[in-house]
Formats: sequence, structure tokens, C-alpha cells
Amino acid sequence: MSAGAGKRVDEGISRRGFLAISAATLGGVMLAPGIRLIEIAGARAPDQPASSQVRWGLLIDTSKCAPGCDDCVTACATENGIKSTGHPRTDSQWIRKIELKDMRSGRTHSAPVMCQHCAEPPCVDVCPTGASFKRADGIVLVDKHTCIGCRYCVMACPYKARSFVHEELSDQNPDVPRGKGTVEGCTLCVQRVDRDQQPACVEACAKAGHNAMIFGDLNDPQSEIAQRVAQYATTKIRADLRLNTGVYYQGL
Amino acid sequence: MAESVAFRQLSGSSARFWGLLAALAVPLAFGAVAYFYMEHYGHIVTGMDNQIVWGMPHVFAVFMIVAASGALNVASTASVFGKTAYKPIAPLSALLAISLLVGGLAVLVLDLGRSDRLIVAMTHYNFKSIFTLNVFLYNGFIIIGAVYLWFMLEHRMTRYARAAGTAAFIWRLMLTTGTGSIFGFLVAREAYDTAILAPMFIVFSFAYGTAIFILVLLAACRWEAQPIPDALLARLKNLLGVFVAASLYFVVVYHLTKLYMTRYNDFERFLLLDGGVHTLLFWIGQVALGGVVPLLLLFNPRTSRRGIAAACALVVLGGLAQMYVTIIGGQAFPQILFPGMVESSSFFDGVVHPYTPSLPEVFLGLGGVALAAAIVAVALRALALLPARLDQAAEPQV
Repeated sequence: MSAGAGKRVDEGISRRGFLAISAATLGGVMLAPGIRLIEIAGARAPDQPASSQVRWGLLIDTSKCAPGCDDCVTACATENGIKSTGHPRTDSQWIRKIELKDMRSGRTHSAPVMCQHCAEPPCVDVCPTGASFKRADGIVLVDKHTCIGCRYCVMACPYKARSFVHEELSDQNPDVPRGKGTVEGCTLCVQRVDRDQQPACVEACAKAGHNAMIFGDLNDPQSEIAQRVAQYATTKIRADLRLNTGVYYQGL
Repeated sequence: MAESVAFRQLSGSSARFWGLLAALAVPLAFGAVAYFYMEHYGHIVTGMDNQIVWGMPHVFAVFMIVAASGALNVASTASVFGKTAYKPIAPLSALLAISLLVGGLAVLVLDLGRSDRLIVAMTHYNFKSIFTLNVFLYNGFIIIGAVYLWFMLEHRMTRYARAAGTAAFIWRLMLTTGTGSIFGFLVAREAYDTAILAPMFIVFSFAYGTAIFILVLLAACRWEAQPIPDALLARLKNLLGVFVAASLYFVVVYHLTKLYMTRYNDFERFLLLDGGVHTLLFWIGQVALGGVVPLLLLFNPRTSRRGIAAACALVVLGGLAQMYVTIIGGQAFPQILFPGMVESSSFFDGVVHPYTPSLPEVFLGLGGVALAAAIVAVALRALALLPARLDQAAEPQV
């Protein structure tokens, strides 16, 4: 590249210009691998534990969320192998669209609601075996090997975000273990996050052109989510409970 | 003192006793079949769903666990508070307490989504969970109750019976505090989220346990063709009357607390006025038939033995109604995520959740009751736990 730049000197570029271009090119060549390495570090290696330096979160802009659109729900179901069994009352719902209407003003909103990944999760408090747990990076999960199916976490969750698997499952996604008689809920697509990808719902929302959902590290002041949360008025569902959820809502 | 009371085993012919066990084997078998059916197909075959996740098994289980600690009342009154009139029937009281707890726990455990993982619950603990504390409280109660029973019956150990009785009394208060706190510490639902549930469950336990104890005592005396002395029955029914009145008081305070706080008003309107089966079960089941009618029967001096038995049965039915209203009604009322907004979704947000108990659930619950009854029957037959002469009990033996 510097050889190419050198040719252009002969074609009349000033010496100062040549030096500036050379320096910029050299800097780019030297810094690029470092930047790439930082990106790779975001997707942690399988043997590395989740870091408490990170707090994964979601920001949902309800003004951009289209009523009737359920691309996020469909994407979640596809990613996590959740299929309708024809029994809507017992089917699991990791994410759902809630249509809202203000009782006084009549203003309507549409908002996806999933596990709010609380910093102080009641489901983790009540779980007798410790199967409900919070990862260091803030993702609340269920250990499918130690869940005994007592459903106490379902009773304790203020967001109706946990589902109990009522019947035998088939054709599961190998990345997403599920099982009859255990409790489950949104994992923030932990299998994708660990590969440095966005949760399926967020990706689907962007693909549909709504961009109503932003995923990122709330602890990183440079991240889009942290900047949006700092810049705009946001709310958390049942903020009165002070559970410090990882999911923020804008526009409600 | 206890030394002066002679105890003996349940009498009667073998055929009669085996007939009793055979009768209990029927609901036990139905309970076992229900369990395997639910275990095989999953909870899809129950009336439960992802809105009502605790159903009839919990109604039976929590009722029996609460009643278990109350069944110890008579023994506690004898050992801890020195009412010697109750000493002859104290072992029966302790036995009933242990049996009810075992029956209730069996239902609770067999209703788990993964009951095969019970060993996990016994080896992995999260000490912030009330359930974990209850694992220790329930198992501890069975051990302390058994030791207490042993001390009451073993002459060399009777001098320690009072200490064991005191330990059992304190433990049963902790146990029911734990049971009430299962619900009391749930911030997520309008029906719960209040510490009053712990003392309220303790008072409920006094009533339910005493009512069941009187019924079992009447049944045992009928079996033995040995009538209970009037004075003893009068003491017991007055004790039950006080507990029923105290239960009603706590119900009033619970609802006044919720009514006073505006944010709970919608829930109160649901439960007290608009809740359909829950409203009906609350007013007719829990309050009228389970509270007011038994009070009238128990405090009317002309009430016959049959009337007292009816009052006890009504307290038990009222208790089951109360558990249904507390557990199912508490879940039926929708969780409010966005106050001030009308919510609707494919996950039934914002609407009252229906629930129809399925037969397997009811059979599982009744199986637990039969298990408790079978333990009582076998223990009474195998061990000398019944007083040789009940009329001794009426005599002050101080």
C-alpha cells in the first residue's frame, strides 16, 4: 500500500500530503488487527467465565414498535425451538407482545415483554435448588439439570416471564436445552451473545426496519444502549419493586 | 401426670382393621395412578397451565402441612402449658401432626415437574429460598415430633417430654411461619406480598389442626366404643371456637390492610365481589361455612356431639376453601405490569385466569389425605398411643 502511495508522489502530490497519507495508512495497518482483537474479545472463549464488567441489557423504544408486528416473537421461537402445541394456555412464551391502552388518554402502545433480567431477580431468590441463577454478566438463566419443576419462580416473577413445560418436547435446538417438567424463560439468546451476536428478537426487529430494540452492554458508556439510556427518559416495568431490570422501555 | 396414664394399641378384630386399611387403599391407589399419569404425560393432563401453575395438589398439600402443625396443639397444651387433662391424648396429637405433614409433603413432592429429582432438592440448597428453609423445617418437625412422641411414651424419658414438647411447639410456630411466608414474601402478586400471611397461617393452623384432631379422636373413640368424656370434648370444642374466631379476625385484618391501600383495591374488588367461584368460595366456603356456622355450633351449649363433629368438618371444608381462594384466587387475578393501562396479549395478560381442577389432581390430593390416615391407623395399631381409659382425661391430675 505504501508502494502505491509512493507512486502517486511522482504524479504531483506534495511531500507533506504524501507523509500524511503514509502515516494514516501505516496507522490503519497497525491498529486494525488490534481493533479486531478487541471485537474478538467481546465474544468470550468457551472456557472463559462471563464477566461482571459487562451488564447485558435491552432498550425497547415503544414508539418504533409496530402494533401487530410479532417478528421478534417469531424469531425467538425459531432460534430457541419453541413450537406451538395447539394448547395456548400451557405453551411457553419467552417473549410476548403486549398491546397497551392508557385508561385516561386512550393512547396506545405495543411492547415486547420478556424476562427483564433483574439485578435482584425474585426467581433466583425463591428457587430452592439454585437452578434459577444470574450470570456474572446479568443474564438470568435456569439450569435445566437442577430445576425440579416446583414453579415457585413462576409464582415469584412480577413479569410473567417464566413458563413451565407441560408436555414432552421434540425437535429441540441443540444449543437450547429444554425439558418437560422444568421451567424456562428468555435467555437473551445467551448462545448467540456468547458468539458475539445479537439476540434473535433484536436482529429480527432491525431486519423488519423497526429498530425498536437495542441490545448491548449497559456498563459500557460508549455503547449505543448506554448512551440512549443516558440521553432519553426511559422506564422499567414495575420499577416500584426496585429489581433493577436489565430491560429499559422508552416511549411509555 | 403422664406416668399415671396407661396407653394401649387400637383394639378390634384383625378383619376390621384390615378392612379399614383396604378402604384407605382405594384412594391411595387412585392417588398413585394419578401421580404416574401426571408424571408420564406431564402437567398437560392437569387443569394447571402457565397462568395457574399451582393447582389442587397445592391446595391439599398446603392445607395438610398447615393443619399438621395445628394438630400438635393438644400435645403442646399438655406438655408446654401443663394442661394435664390433655396428656392422655397428647401422643395421638403428635402422631396426627407427623402423619398430616407426611401426607401433605407427599402431595407436594409428587406434584413437582421433576419429582424424580427429589434428591437434587435434598442436595442443592439456596438458603435465601423459603422452600429451602421449609425443607429443613418440615424434616426437622418430623424428627422433633418423633422424639417428642418417644419421650412421652418411654417412662425413662418422660422427664424430658416437656423440653421436647417445648422444642416441638417453637418448631411448629417456625414451620407455619415458613409456610405462610411462601406466599407472604411474593412481591409479584397482589394477593400475597404481606407479612400478615405468616401469623394468619399460624392461626389457621390452630383451627384446622384442632378440628382434624377432634374428628380423629371422635373416630378413634367410636372405633373403641368408648365415648369421650363431656368435659374433655367441651374443652376441645371451646379451644376450637377460639381458634376459629381468631382466624376470622385475621381474615378481616388481611382484607382491611389490602382495602386500605389503593393499589390493592382492584384485587379486593375481584376477590370480594366480582371473582365468581373465588368470591363464592370466600364468602360461602371460608367465611360462612368455615367460620360463622362452626362458631355458632361450637359456642351453643346445646350443640350435640354430632353438631360438634359437623362444626369440625365445616372448619376443614372451610380451610380447603380458604386454601383454594388463597392459592388459586391469588393466581387467577392478573399480574399488573403497566398500572393505569389496559393490557392484552396472547399470554393472557390483563385478564382473569380460569382454572378447572382435573381428576388426577384431586385424586393426588385425596391420596395424600389417605396416606396420612393410613399412617395414623397403622401407628395406632402397632404402638400403644391411645389412652386405656379416656374418662381419666377429664379428671384434673395435677
